[in-house]
Amino acid sequence: MKINQLSVFLENKPGQLSGPCAALAEAGVNILTMSLADTQQFGILRLIVRDPDQAKGVLESAGWVVNLAEVVAIEVPDRPGGLAEVLKVIEGSAVNIEYIYAFTFRRADKAVIVFRFDDPDAAVALLTSHGVNVVDPVELYGRDAD
Amino acid sequence: MAKATPSKQSSTEFHPVSAPDYLPAPQLRDLQLHRLKQMVRRAYQHVDLFRRRMDERKLTPDHVRSLEDIRKLPFTVKTDLRDTYPFGLFASEIRDVVRVHASSGTTGKPIVVAYTADDVKVWTEVMVRTFAACTLHAGDIIQNSYGYGLFTGGLGAHYGAEALGATVIPTSGGNTDRQIMVMKDFCVTAICCTPSYFLHLIDRAAEQGIALKSLPIRAGIFGAEPWTEPMRQRIEAESGIKAFDIYGLTELIGPGVGSECAHQAGLHIFEDHFYPEVVDPDSGEPVPDGQEGELILTTLSKQAMPMIRYRTRDVTTVIPEPCACGRTIRRIQRIGRRSDDMFIIRGVNVFPSQVEAALLAVEGTLPHYRIVLTRQKDLDQMEVQVEVTAEVFSDRVRALEDLRAKLAKALDNALGIRVTVSLVEPHTIPRSEGKARRVQDDRSM
Repeated sequence: MKINQLSVFLENKPGQLSGPCAALAEAGVNILTMSLADTQQFGILRLIVRDPDQAKGVLESAGWVVNLAEVVAIEVPDRPGGLAEVLKVIEGSAVNIEYIYAFTFRRADKAVIVFRFDDPDAAVALLTSHGVNVVDPVELYGRDAD
Repeated sequence: MAKATPSKQSSTEFHPVSAPDYLPAPQLRDLQLHRLKQMVRRAYQHVDLFRRRMDERKLTPDHVRSLEDIRKLPFTVKTDLRDTYPFGLFASEIRDVVRVHASSGTTGKPIVVAYTADDVKVWTEVMVRTFAACTLHAGDIIQNSYGYGLFTGGLGAHYGAEALGATVIPTSGGNTDRQIMVMKDFCVTAICCTPSYFLHLIDRAAEQGIALKSLPIRAGIFGAEPWTEPMRQRIEAESGIKAFDIYGLTELIGPGVGSECAHQAGLHIFEDHFYPEVVDPDSGEPVPDGQEGELILTTLSKQAMPMIRYRTRDVTTVIPEPCACGRTIRRIQRIGRRSDDMFIIRGVNVFPSQVEAALLAVEGTLPHYRIVLTRQKDLDQMEVQVEVTAEVFSDRVRALEDLRAKLAKALDNALGIRVTVSLVEPHTIPRSEGKARRVQDDRSM
């Protein structure tokens, strides 16, 4: 149910972003979706790839500091209010959202959003009990283009 | 895989060459005085600088009648060696000099030192005593990653390791990937290099998926730069080896002036060859044992280039209690700092070792750091750049910001001034095989 998201530490200097992307390209790794968090000094590049362990190895051998964290992919109705409904379920609970970003593709009329929770197991239990669909990684990796 | 196999056991057994380490104190003092008198006579006869200085003080070699009389003799400082470049301090004819070494001068001319055949024998002897004190023996396979060449580290360690009877692999410095290959494939049991280079080796090996803990290496003989106790613990925890501190300086002989023993509790000075004093750096007066001061060293047996009361600029204390190892040669505290590593910022004296200790005390130790000093609008700024490691890196911005704040606070508490902490990518801080240069001072005077 949970996905291993890769994150890479980047100093906030021109050109830093291309390094990891080029290294992954050379290793034939396709990035399914990504997000870049930036502060004044550094950035954290977050990536969802099919084989996070392989990608971690590629980036670490090339000298980057990499971390794996568990995130959850949630189906959200692709219409106004779709996300708000899912957020309402979470807001009433003890689970906290650290950050979110979206996948680049959809499933039929549903968008797929990546959530980083402080307690992913509790979040998954809470959401499924409210009928929210947590997408299994296997289903995600099945689609390369939609 | 167990670290120690029968043929790779460390040895704390007595090695015959180490006999002088255990001389009863009265005999040691007699030997020292005998050698001191001989050395002063020789230096007075053959070295212009020493004769001139003694004449200025109306001193002759006959004035040295007891060990305390050493205090009558003038100090020697680093600039004396620069001023007499290249051979002005030699007490031997050049035809009797079989070896010349030099230290890389960071400013101007290098320091040049010389050895007769007997001097090389003494050097070899103190290096054997160093290795034996660090539990090495003839069954060890020693990788010597100190630089071979003009630098005293490479050849000094080499001659000693060979005389010890060990198997010596002269990798010298550089080519880290090959160093790791050798360490692994040649079943190295001990390595000689700077502590900062060893940290670099650990990291590079980890990138290749090699954990040093799984290799037969069990000891590191680390010197040529100051390093802290927390750094030693970091190295030992990461690699599973015992990390020994050794002490030396080019001006005296190179490595081989002093060494830790199996107890790793202070540096035993081979004082039958190098007489130690600790003085107040301002007054030059001796301080009582146990009090901090500047280490002064005098060679007792070097022929080609004797050194009288050399001001090392290293800050230490003599440890008055006898060591559990039974050696009578006295110990000094590990050199945590040199009095000339110090820099001043906004009126505060700062030693890089203070910064190092503060960084290592914060959870998730981060040993690769650099201090950058700049001046912005007439105000000095101190930035401490710290490389991010896998252990502390998080996908959450807040975790990294918290770490930065923690480090800045630890530094503020330790130094009394506000510093900025920058997290930088791994491998952005230059590594060195020689002494690590921790401070980059960009303030223009």
